[in-house]
Amino acid sequence: MTPADRFARLPDLLAADTDLRRRGHWLNADCRIDIGAEPFHLTLREGGLADFARGPRLLRSVAFSLHGTDDAWRHHWQKVPAPGWHDLFAMTKRGAMSINGDLRPLLQNLQYFKDLLALPRRLPEAS
Amino acid sequence: MAPTLDPMVGRYVRLDIDGIPHRVYFEEAGPPDGGGIPLVCLHTAGADNRQFRHLLADPEIIRRFRVLAFDMPWHGKSTPPDGWEGGEYRLTTASYTATVRAFCGAMELDRPVVMGCSIGGRIVLNLAIGHAAEFRALIALEAADFQKPWYDTAWLHRPDVHGGEVCAALISGLIAPQSPPVNRHETLWMYMQGGPGVFKGDLYFYRVDGDLREKVKTIDTRVCPLYLLTGEYDFSCTAEDTLRTAAQIPGVEVQVMKELGHFPMSENPARFREYILPVLDKIAR
Repeated sequence: MTPADRFARLPDLLAADTDLRRRGHWLNADCRIDIGAEPFHLTLREGGLADFARGPRLLRSVAFSLHGTDDAWRHHWQKVPAPGWHDLFAMTKRGAMSINGDLRPLLQNLQYFKDLLALPRRLPEAS
Repeated sequence: MAPTLDPMVGRYVRLDIDGIPHRVYFEEAGPPDGGGIPLVCLHTAGADNRQFRHLLADPEIIRRFRVLAFDMPWHGKSTPPDGWEGGEYRLTTASYTATVRAFCGAMELDRPVVMGCSIGGRIVLNLAIGHAAEFRALIALEAADFQKPWYDTAWLHRPDVHGGEVCAALISGLIAPQSPPVNRHETLWMYMQGGPGVFKGDLYFYRVDGDLREKVKTIDTRVCPLYLLTGEYDFSCTAEDTLRTAAQIPGVEVQVMKELGHFPMSENPARFREYILPVLDKIAR
């Protein structure tokens, strides 16, 4: 499974995590997460995914976007990630990830987003 | 049934720091009949002395050491000095050094060991640079002469972002994934409880004022032994940062701690114990 294929399972993973949705209750934001070359548009409403679109969406506006290389996500989603790949900011510091746009909704809900973007760790290990 | 009590006791001590009166909270534990080598513990930025509660309750340690952990002014149960409301809190190399020396002086500690983590580790390096003869040994956890910043501290104190939650969420990534969830969340809880702008004010020392590059070369470990220990999952002070610092200090002992992050004593006390007990054994010998 490619990293993008793993991320495509996000709606099911989030639906199964009632605690994460509880913690995101006040969150409403539109953002774009790039898994390597593949963009995903997330429409988050009250902590749940109201819409999840894989692939480019021309002129779709988002509050912020987060881009990680395939390699970064592959490392990040290991069951026990290696040092330097275990956190979004560890990866931005090493240059494997970048975050752009209005960072306010991200920082206001930072633990939610960190946990959301780590959910693919729960899938079976990539071979 | 008799109450189940932890061995440490907490009190307040009055200190003058740079001529300003302070009321500082500390906890201590030591041998039942008194004595013990004084071991002063310095918590990380934006946290408090609870990070050392496992050390303060470790029978193997407190049978030989009198462990003291204080809350820095503005942190934990140490209130800010009178008039705090009229300015912005900013820790500096000078004020932090003065605080540690004032505490050791007020408590009449005879050549204590000082162990600090993160900003506490950085100030330990400064103690080694400027005041080595006052100490029996110095232990710097997660410390280096300088580290590359990894976020903008302006996010830590503004009305549209919850300070406690953003501080905890930022530093959560500095905890190793192997650390037990209970200890992880206790470590985060302390960050959620910091006063407004306090973590940010501590980082002024860390990021702006406390650059010790070049200065660490003057450390003489013959005057006071120095130990550096850094967790492999710490990407704020990386193992490479610590090893680079150690390479400039003849006689220093350095270790990279496996499966630990930036908060070894609170995020995984059992694992940290494996690393710190041999160091304390050497000091007590």
